[in-house]
Amino acid sequence: MTRYSALALLHGALHGGRSWTRAWRDPEPKPSYDFVIVGGGGHGLATAYYLAKNHGIRRVAVLEKGWLGGGNTGRNTTIVRSNYRLPENQLFYDYSLSLWEDLSRELNFNVMFSPRGVLFLGHSDHDMSQLAERGNAMLAQGIDAELLDREAVSRFVPLLDCAPDARFPIQGGLLQRRAGTARHDAVAWGYARAADALGVDIIQNCEVTGFETNADAITAVRTTRGAIATRCVGLAVAGHTSHVAALAGLRLPIESHLLQAFVTEPLKPMIDTVVLSSAIHCYVSQTDKGEVVIGGDIDFYPSYSQRGSVARIAETAAQAVSLMPALGRLRMMRAWAGIMDMTMDGSPIIGPTPVDGLFLNGGWCYGGFKATPASGVTFAHTLATGTPHVLNAPFTLDRFEAGRLLDEKGSGATPQYH
Amino acid sequence: MHQFNCPFCGQRPETEFTYIRAMESIPRDIVADAAQELERIYYRTNSRGPSSELWQHSSGCRSWLAINRDTVTHAVLEIAPIGPHAIAP
Repeated sequence: MTRYSALALLHGALHGGRSWTRAWRDPEPKPSYDFVIVGGGGHGLATAYYLAKNHGIRRVAVLEKGWLGGGNTGRNTTIVRSNYRLPENQLFYDYSLSLWEDLSRELNFNVMFSPRGVLFLGHSDHDMSQLAERGNAMLAQGIDAELLDREAVSRFVPLLDCAPDARFPIQGGLLQRRAGTARHDAVAWGYARAADALGVDIIQNCEVTGFETNADAITAVRTTRGAIATRCVGLAVAGHTSHVAALAGLRLPIESHLLQAFVTEPLKPMIDTVVLSSAIHCYVSQTDKGEVVIGGDIDFYPSYSQRGSVARIAETAAQAVSLMPALGRLRMMRAWAGIMDMTMDGSPIIGPTPVDGLFLNGGWCYGGFKATPASGVTFAHTLATGTPHVLNAPFTLDRFEAGRLLDEKGSGATPQYH
Repeated sequence: MHQFNCPFCGQRPETEFTYIRAMESIPRDIVADAAQELERIYYRTNSRGPSSELWQHSSGCRSWLAINRDTVTHAVLEIAPIGPHAIAP
């Protein structure tokens, strides 16, 4: 692997770009592996990387039915934050944020992590007391949080409509300065390249079609490129968790829903932070290319179609324009939808399943992208040692049976409302 | 976007309707077995294909509807009124 550096860039430039080698191999699947990770998105690739790096396990394959990062890793709004309310989520996502801060150096790949701050807006007394409560809970865990009044919000994001007669009047906001955005594709590519360099086989165009078991223990994975023997499989397939797990006879506390996002034409820098309104659930940020990225609610019904309703686009655009009237003149360039596996309590599942040797990493709801590094570390730990990492111990599948739900929003077993 | 043919109002756009929950998660009798109850409350088939669901024509006639819908193509396979007072329109 060519190490990326300023010197390598200069060398590449002087040699007409011919000195660059491919970033990862394209190996044929071997007949057997110690560990097989299903899903070549950020989570699967990060898991493979940390299996090799933290646990010295090199006989690892990542199987991807399409191309790397072609699922939800490339279908999100790239927001990274840890402003959660429940201690289990706070510890997990803040550990993830701390890994993001050093990820470009760790992977020798620029993931363009930009701690530009994430601002949650409050539109009422109730919103403000909820934000204050959340901020206090964050400070109690040592996570940075600042409560801003309306004037401070207006200074921080001048384009917001802070007039008292605005459609959604802004009273203030909760700011996490360490939070921000990252380049989503680079996360998949960076982990893929670093994992490959440690000997992990990344196999694309290889769809898993079934599992072979003996006495309820995994013995092999059937794929479109032949059977692969293994005793340990980690699923990291995002919105497809339910039907891939069903191949092993499992039924899960998950429903798959659509989440849409869209970008406008590129502009000069106008928003240097991330703005979210938790009350109307609209979020706005600007990429380094200049496009304004806008996201909103899910489409509120189960779907695997990866395309959403125009009505949701219109609603989210109206919300964004009401928050930031300057957006009203922009043309929308692209819209896309990802499949979210929404769990019954709104928190992810990372841990063992009733099938021996089959481990699950899924149910990320809206929160998958920011969780990528911590998900990789904790899932790799769980796979390598057979026991949970202290940070993913609360996120087991059996918490529903045990009644240890992690319901951040308190909306119960209605996955569309988390 | 779906178009639902409400048995009472006719063809109406998706935005008038609200998805409530998967039909399989609705309690219909008392079960003594805790594992069975756990399955019903929290676990879902989450079918990639035909899916039997409870919807409401919430911004219309407010009737409760049993809808069988393909979750990949969004084709509406079946739509029928539901409940003890459901009448064939």
